[in-house]
Amino acid sequence: MSGAWRIRIFFLAAAGFACLYFLAVRNLPPWGHYRGPYGDVMATSSVFQRHTTDVVNAIDYDYRGFDTLGEEFILFTSVLGVMLLLRDPEKNKGISRTGNMGQATRFGAAGSYAALLVFGLYMTTHGQLTPGGGFQGGVILATASMLIYIAEDFRVFKRITSHPIVEALDALGAAGYAAIGLSAFLFSAPFLTNWMPLGKTGDVFSSGTIAAISACVGLEVTAAFLMLGYTYLEEIVSETGEGG
Amino acid sequence: MIVFRYLILLLVGITALGVVRTRDTTCQVLALSFYGLLLAVMFFVFQAPDVALSQIAVGAVALPLMVMLALARMKHSSEQQKKKQEAK
Repeated sequence: MSGAWRIRIFFLAAAGFACLYFLAVRNLPPWGHYRGPYGDVMATSSVFQRHTTDVVNAIDYDYRGFDTLGEEFILFTSVLGVMLLLRDPEKNKGISRTGNMGQATRFGAAGSYAALLVFGLYMTTHGQLTPGGGFQGGVILATASMLIYIAEDFRVFKRITSHPIVEALDALGAAGYAAIGLSAFLFSAPFLTNWMPLGKTGDVFSSGTIAAISACVGLEVTAAFLMLGYTYLEEIVSETGEGG
Repeated sequence: MIVFRYLILLLVGITALGVVRTRDTTCQVLALSFYGLLLAVMFFVFQAPDVALSQIAVGAVALPLMVMLALARMKHSSEQQKKKQEAK
């Protein structure tokens, strides 16, 4: 097929796509004019029912908590798969200290790491009050630790992130979510019922199981991304034989 | 505010084209990261701060990081293969 014909066929397909696209979006409601009933119901009732000011987290960790449990285990199993395929205890045993960063980089990274750590913890614990929550906070906490690799070298990064405690925390976070869900059975209530005291709206220790589940998810996501980052880096370092 | 909405949509469109048009893979990952950041700003402008936070964490940081690490590994393997072929 010649180039000219290829371009002609592309324009034909593009025109067809443009027509269908126009037809599809023509009758969409304008921005901010949501037609379904659930959004308005949730926005008005979640503050009174669950004492949360962030409706998204009330939905994620309570109203549709079972779906989120499944999503959490998707992350858990995929990280488990990466570990099974790539991790090898014999890898990079003889890596010597390489990559010496300048003092300015190390100083800057240490300061940023402290700030990011506080921000990540804030995100994880304030999910029920402001936008954020366990997942976002966990990713922030895990990616912040990449600064250790930048400021120091692979050996320091390895000592912190490949510790067995990280694996235990990953399992603890995933199991904690399920355990909180199961604990409702003690009160003869359905799975994932919000039985904990709801507290005062706007307080850090409010919203019952939502805050507890958010913390569990934060733990799981932090540990999972730490292990993922370490295993990927290990692949490169063991291949290239460089730690910096 | 309505100007911001159109502006950010336009920017997202242009950046998406830029990501596709970038040929060098390392540059493309950086472009992808910038695109993820712009998407997060777009979500924020359209009043979805929760989604914006997830987008920053995953689209602008975690995904480019993974792709970058995978690329570094692949580049090294292909270099080694080249060396082996030259030695033969």
